Amino acid sequence: MEVKERRKERLDRGIKVRTEGLYALSSWREMGYLLAPRLFLIGGLLLLPLLLDMYWQRVLCIAGIYALLALGFDFLAQYVGLVCLGGAFFVGCGTYIAGLLHVYLDLSPLFTIPIATVGGATVSTLVLLPCLRLRGIYFAITSFMFPMLSVYIIIALNVFGGTEGKSGLATFPSVWVDQYIILLAVLICLFSMRRLVNEDFGLILRGIKDNDQAVRASGISITLYKTKAVFISALMGCFGGAYLCHLYGWIGISQFAMDFSILPISAAVMGGVGTLAGPVIGALLLTPLSELLRGFGQLRVVVYCLVLIGFIVYKPEGFMNFLQRKYHQFERWEEV
Amino acid sequence: MDILVYGTVNSVQFALIAVGFTLVYGVSRLPNFAHGALYVFVGFTTWSLVNSFKVVYPLAILISLCASAILGAVIYRLVLIRLRGLPTSEIIASFALGLIILEGFRLQGIGGFKGFIGPFYVLPSFVDAKLRVAGVLIDFQRLFVIFGGLAVVIALWLFTRYTKVGLSLRAIAQDEQAAMMLGIDSDRAAVVALSIGSALAGLAAVIILPLGNVTAEAGYKVLIDALAVCIIGGLGSWAGTLLASFVLGFAMILSDALFGALWKSVVLVGAIILILIFRPSGLLGKQKELEERV
Repeated sequence: MEVKERRKERLDRGIKVRTEGLYALSSWREMGYLLAPRLFLIGGLLLLPLLLDMYWQRVLCIAGIYALLALGFDFLAQYVGLVCLGGAFFVGCGTYIAGLLHVYLDLSPLFTIPIATVGGATVSTLVLLPCLRLRGIYFAITSFMFPMLSVYIIIALNVFGGTEGKSGLATFPSVWVDQYIILLAVLICLFSMRRLVNEDFGLILRGIKDNDQAVRASGISITLYKTKAVFISALMGCFGGAYLCHLYGWIGISQFAMDFSILPISAAVMGGVGTLAGPVIGALLLTPLSELLRGFGQLRVVVYCLVLIGFIVYKPEGFMNFLQRKYHQFERWEEV
Repeated sequence: MDILVYGTVNSVQFALIAVGFTLVYGVSRLPNFAHGALYVFVGFTTWSLVNSFKVVYPLAILISLCASAILGAVIYRLVLIRLRGLPTSEIIASFALGLIILEGFRLQGIGGFKGFIGPFYVLPSFVDAKLRVAGVLIDFQRLFVIFGGLAVVIALWLFTRYTKVGLSLRAIAQDEQAAMMLGIDSDRAAVVALSIGSALAGLAAVIILPLGNVTAEAGYKVLIDALAVCIIGGLGSWAGTLLASFVLGFAMILSDALFGALWKSVVLVGAIILILIFRPSGLLGKQKELEERV
């Protein structure tokens, strides 16, 4: 008897192929096909603040910070091959620099945020620089240690307000400013990162991830490129931190907390690694979830980790890759 | 003299903490970020066996060591085995597993399970007495640390040289392909390595924890210490691990005596950064320069 098996066949939709080249401009339908998902994301994000009440508006701001961190993590992990377990370090640097500038030099948020973004990124890059020359798990280890060690050091030396931190910092004038700053930042970062990874710069980074010796043999300094990539990722994290400091008007050691390291990773894995848009969507889904679990306190971390392991073992492609597949391809069963 | 004795105790603590991590990484190239969690797991299990179930102390230790060995094997079988060869996923998954165990211990009152509340979790010392060694007052537990550490190192040395399982672990560590051609199952070796590594983390917990409290935070501290020792000594190198734990142990006690306890963590960071800048493969690391250090 003949054994019949079925397999799933996936084919690209015609319109996907047509829109890859210049023919995308041939009709409104093609342009719509390309623009619809992008406009949906942009419009959705910009409209969200109008639809939510006060409490969830605040959650949206936090989700924006996590989205930036997740974007940075995804960029480093998937395009450069550096697994960063210490997103909290970026946030902490940004927060402390912005907060201290505000407390000691009395600068307004208009100045502290840009200075803290660039300054914090510089500090984080310098601290991580020694392990950038190495391959393998060194970067993961050191980036994991620094947020915790900074907490120990701040407590031990009792600098920058010690365990209590500093409060009573300037906040933003209104909730609308709060939300649109971070949403615009997320959108700008998302689309410029997508552009960046397709430029020559991104090509070299992917080369480093796949075969660093070959890149080196082409006369390109891989340490320099890794440093630049870490700086870019740190910029996003430090901006998130500086923003956080003025969102709550408060700095403290809990801004080096584990949440800032692990939630972005979960978000990136859940949203789909390597897609850049996926991590942002993941962060926007996971932060409200964690907000609902606020009653459990520290146990939220357990939930993120369970989500993380579940996705990494059983569904490593994540949401975004799944959606992309459904959008670009059609599937049918065929008999073999 | 104080410094010499306490420095030795401190160094052996470092060595105990780090051997398990080195073993796992050396054999299967798996960075086991759940190491600190297993340490706390054993501490907590022993504590609850002794205090809630009234098990005799030595038996409780034995049970929890076996439990941690099984947990290590389960972690590999269920999760890590699916991720071999994907370094990113390996790191993230083991890190997440560690967090689940550690933060899970804070869980309260679900199914009668009681996690950590407040700092009241103290394991009893084996023998409660003090002794004078070369003019320094030292309690028995710290002597146990020294001798326990010594025993562990010797036992591991003998194990990896004179038993079949130990030899196969070394073979996998040296050349995985060749070992597989000789009929050594790489997955089974990894399971063995991971369960021995977890049991070693547990052993360290049982020996060291009576000196202080069992807390969830200890897990992070232990993981950081283990990672620091391994970076400084060279990842996966035995002699390097021992050397590095003595260097770190004495450096910390010295800085404690000279500048005060606050500077300990600064010394740790400083040592790591200096090593990464000047000798990236670690004090005695054998990694091929071009492969790891690019």
